[in-house]
Amino acid sequence: MIPLSWYLTVAAILFSLGVYGALARRNAIAILMGIELMLNAVNINLVAFWRYITPQEFIGQVFAIFVITVAAAEAAIGLALIIAIYRHRQTVNIEEIDLMKW
Amino acid sequence: MTLMQIAFLIVSAMTILAALGVVVGRNILRNALALILAFLGVAALYVLLEATFLAAVQVLIYVGAIAVLIIFAIMLTERLMRQERTTNEQWWVVLVASALLAAILIFLVGAVEWQVTSAEIGGDPIANLGRAMLTTYVLPFEVASLLLLMALVGAIIIAREREEA
Repeated sequence: MIPLSWYLTVAAILFSLGVYGALARRNAIAILMGIELMLNAVNINLVAFWRYITPQEFIGQVFAIFVITVAAAEAAIGLALIIAIYRHRQTVNIEEIDLMKW
Repeated sequence: MTLMQIAFLIVSAMTILAALGVVVGRNILRNALALILAFLGVAALYVLLEATFLAAVQVLIYVGAIAVLIIFAIMLTERLMRQERTTNEQWWVVLVASALLAAILIFLVGAVEWQVTSAEIGGDPIANLGRAMLTTYVLPFEVASLLLLMALVGAIIIAREREEA
């Protein structure tokens, strides 16, 4: 049997990589990809806890499905926003998208 | 070291390398392709965790829908595909912070005594999952459908080209 902590370690590394991608990149699409990585890391944790701690109940899997649903909605809206911004300002560089910052 | 553990190590090494390929590198399209590999690695981890339905959902939704959507968006905004710098000025702060976060999380994972049970999965997993979603969790399930509908309409409205009236 694979120890639970191995899964949690992989998820922690994935989450940290996602944090780096979301906070350090300039391209808005790259930021979205970092967020997707973080959501995936959380899902690994949910499923691993389900399998190792409450395999009789399906809370962990149900929750992972809701996370996937929200991730799909978030990707659709986020990319629609990026395309709308690109159409107006011809850029997806977040350092140039500063209309609401002063 | 059992066969399962070796499979886990290979899959997780692939996933982490692919995730590294997502956040570093100049070409945003290559980042997106690495993201597909990372999604597939996570699906393989679900298979190792015996969550077969979630593995299928992961492949369908992440690889089939989200990754394609991301590649579409890259193609539509391709002018920045080869940019000079891919990171902002605070990247080294973020690097230190996320490395610290990873170190703390891995330390905590090792330090906590997890209450692991050796119980098997109860009954038919997919049937039980469906039953749980339509009985105990029926309200969140309906809210999720509403959220998807709103995201669908919202994405179309936001991305639509406006005719100047």
